[in-house]
Amino acid sequence: MKRIFLPLCLVASVAFVQSCKMKNTTSAVKGDADSKVYVAPGKYDEYYNFVSGGFNGQVSVYGLPSGRLLKLIPVFAVFPENGYGYSEETKAMLNTTNGQIPWDDQHHLDLSQTNGEQDGRWLFANANNTPRIARIDLKTFKTVEILQIPNSAGNHSSPFITENTEYVVAGTRFSVPLGAEDVPISSFKQNFHSTASFISVDKNSGNMSIAFQIVLPGMNLDLSHGGKGPSHDWFFFSSYNTEQAYTLLEVNASQKDKDYIVAVNWKKAEEYAKAGKGKKVPADYAHNTYDEGKQTATSVIEHDVLLLDPKDCPDMIYMIPCPKSPHGCDIDPSGEYIVGSGKLAALIPVFSFSKIIKAIGSKQFEGDFQGIPIIKYEAALYGEVQKPGLGPLHTEFDDKGNAYTSMFLSSEVVKWSLKDLKVLDRAPTYYSVGHLMIPGGDTRKPSGKYLVAYNKITKDRFLPTGPELAQSAQLYDISGDKMQLLLDYPTIGEPHYAQACLASLIQDKQVKYYDINKNGNEFVTMGEKKANVVRKGNRVDVYMTAIRSHLVPDNIEGVFVGDDIYFHVTNLEQDWDIPHGFAIKNNPNAELLIMPGETVTLKFTPQKQGIYPFYCTDFCSALHQEMSGYLRVSPKGSNTPLKFGTGETADTSAQK
Amino acid sequence: MKTLTKPGKISIVIVMLFLATLWLFPLWRIDLRAPQYPGGLSMQIWLNDLKGDVPIINGLNHYIGMQEINKKDFREFIFLPAAILLFILFGFLVLLLKKKIYYYIWTALFIVIACFSFYDFYMWEYNYGHHLNPHAPIRVPGMSYQPPLFGYKKLLNFEVLSQPDIAGWFFIGAGMLLASMTIYEWKKNEK
Repeated sequence: MKRIFLPLCLVASVAFVQSCKMKNTTSAVKGDADSKVYVAPGKYDEYYNFVSGGFNGQVSVYGLPSGRLLKLIPVFAVFPENGYGYSEETKAMLNTTNGQIPWDDQHHLDLSQTNGEQDGRWLFANANNTPRIARIDLKTFKTVEILQIPNSAGNHSSPFITENTEYVVAGTRFSVPLGAEDVPISSFKQNFHSTASFISVDKNSGNMSIAFQIVLPGMNLDLSHGGKGPSHDWFFFSSYNTEQAYTLLEVNASQKDKDYIVAVNWKKAEEYAKAGKGKKVPADYAHNTYDEGKQTATSVIEHDVLLLDPKDCPDMIYMIPCPKSPHGCDIDPSGEYIVGSGKLAALIPVFSFSKIIKAIGSKQFEGDFQGIPIIKYEAALYGEVQKPGLGPLHTEFDDKGNAYTSMFLSSEVVKWSLKDLKVLDRAPTYYSVGHLMIPGGDTRKPSGKYLVAYNKITKDRFLPTGPELAQSAQLYDISGDKMQLLLDYPTIGEPHYAQACLASLIQDKQVKYYDINKNGNEFVTMGEKKANVVRKGNRVDVYMTAIRSHLVPDNIEGVFVGDDIYFHVTNLEQDWDIPHGFAIKNNPNAELLIMPGETVTLKFTPQKQGIYPFYCTDFCSALHQEMSGYLRVSPKGSNTPLKFGTGETADTSAQK
Repeated sequence: MKTLTKPGKISIVIVMLFLATLWLFPLWRIDLRAPQYPGGLSMQIWLNDLKGDVPIINGLNHYIGMQEINKKDFREFIFLPAAILLFILFGFLVLLLKKKIYYYIWTALFIVIACFSFYDFYMWEYNYGHHLNPHAPIRVPGMSYQPPLFGYKKLLNFEVLSQPDIAGWFFIGAGMLLASMTIYEWKKNEK
């Protein structure tokens, strides 16, 4: 009988064995992480961190190391919060050849540079969906220019810049026919092209203009970076889908063992363009600029662009084989090493710029890709990082000769040495990291202090908020041999690439308010005495002023249903941080935030007769609640006289 | 013909009860864990069903070209329950006939079913892990994805743990009981 108990005991142990599951991913925060990210109230962060907003179309600004959100800069998406894209002054910023497009997918950012170092002047941002590049002025944190890119789709490998901000580039991710040809999708190979656009940036004003577009075979340009130092004249784009698939890319664009890094000698291209080797072709695209003097944006439709065909321009472009659908294409601070990250590859190839030049010189080619010479893989290769992890995506660099690569599949950051390509350290991310950012990590002078990983999946990291969860950023201290996780914080939108610079580079240049005497807005009201209401046909211009705590005029009568009423609100304040807001009841439009010394216009076309209160929406003073007024809208055809003012009360007996 | 001892008869009832748990609990479980699946993924194999995160696992596996795991593709889910059921019915017969020889045959039958099941499971895992779609997006040279038959294995970014579940342990218990009782009966026979 006793022997029966042996198997019984075995069964009884089942519960124990079942509980012996795999270990949980333990939280990796150790040591003094808290003190390293604590920025005491009243103290400033050390870095400005500009983070792309992905599908929210905006750029967010965080402080590092605290991870505090400082600002959301509206760029490619309308922003009812401050009237961007709604005010008459900013509507033109979002104009395209297809009218106003209120949204875009904002992926990458690049801070302007001089001699390969951040100069704190401008921030460039790309729009992936409707190809555009924006320039943000870092004195005002305002979007001041948006340039549409013709002959392209999926402007992904953008807006990366050359070392002196000579050019900002755009590259096609979704190849399309040039011009407006109506061709079958299946004629991809013959008719579809990708283009690499070089947009010149004026040294002083920052104004952008498309210098030339290089026409490339149909493929997907993914990411890019400009050369540095010895490789200054070159730009490198990663590519995938050199299989030229046009359906089920997930499978069909993953068949070849190698795609290419496209190396473009932009100095040569510039010479060819100057020498008249290009072809000017018709192409419509919008060029929108915000004039800070006039405080108004204008949109101009340009009509042609210069195309460079590699066939007519020898020695301008070379292809370097790179394993398995490369994604990131990153250049080390010395400008010698080009890191391609095959997102499906089990290694990271590192190419050597000097070897590439040597290979070109000695013609070590292995054929061509639609006419573009392909350099032999081994001839361009410096070495491969073996077993780095799974799904390498992006690489940033520190100041000590190390590279940091994000691993999407194995969800980690891997630190490796540029010298011997040995893996030095790995740190888990929570979860599925995309881009990485080290302040100055893509310049000649990276900082070696912090690294931020931008994660796609957050699952159990924060309090749950229904099916849609925040994405996240994770801050690591990289000053020691081992990376140390310091902070985990949710982000808004989907962060892709980011930039960061020392706060000292821009904090003292900030505009605090606009000088009212320099206000060049066509509709400015220079003082309350100038406040006015002017009718011209069914257009009514209200010249309104705002100062604590009243609006002039705050009673308006004699406007009718169907009138186009333009409220030009001038904020007369001349002190920092005293904006006024402006909103009208039942206005199917957004509100305005008007900075001190600024004039902004809100349009209202009333559809119904009635009394419409309007008021200041930005708590400006102790009497903010009193800062309001009334608009009387009378029926069409009625004879209510035009009347406006502030502080005038009627004799009540006279009204009866 | 020697008759069964009393412990032998009791063991028949216990074995039948142990095997009945196969209809109540899963037989085997495969747990997966990856960084982006902090709670892990789990698949339970029942006598006649697959449960757990099968759709999620299928979704992941398509990247590396593994076939979809589909309940309909397992003939085992028909003949395995039938075999176990027949085995239990045969147990009643052994209990009724009370002869040692039938107990020995019954044990042998169990060993045959168990060996075949493990072989079948192994072959399924082998085919599943090796027969990859050559057009899969991710192809790691030299890599196959055969899950472990029993125990732990690292497959790309996933840790995989394969082990018996509750009914599996009862099944193993039944086997051990049968083996030890057969020896017990054999030794009683000699005396």
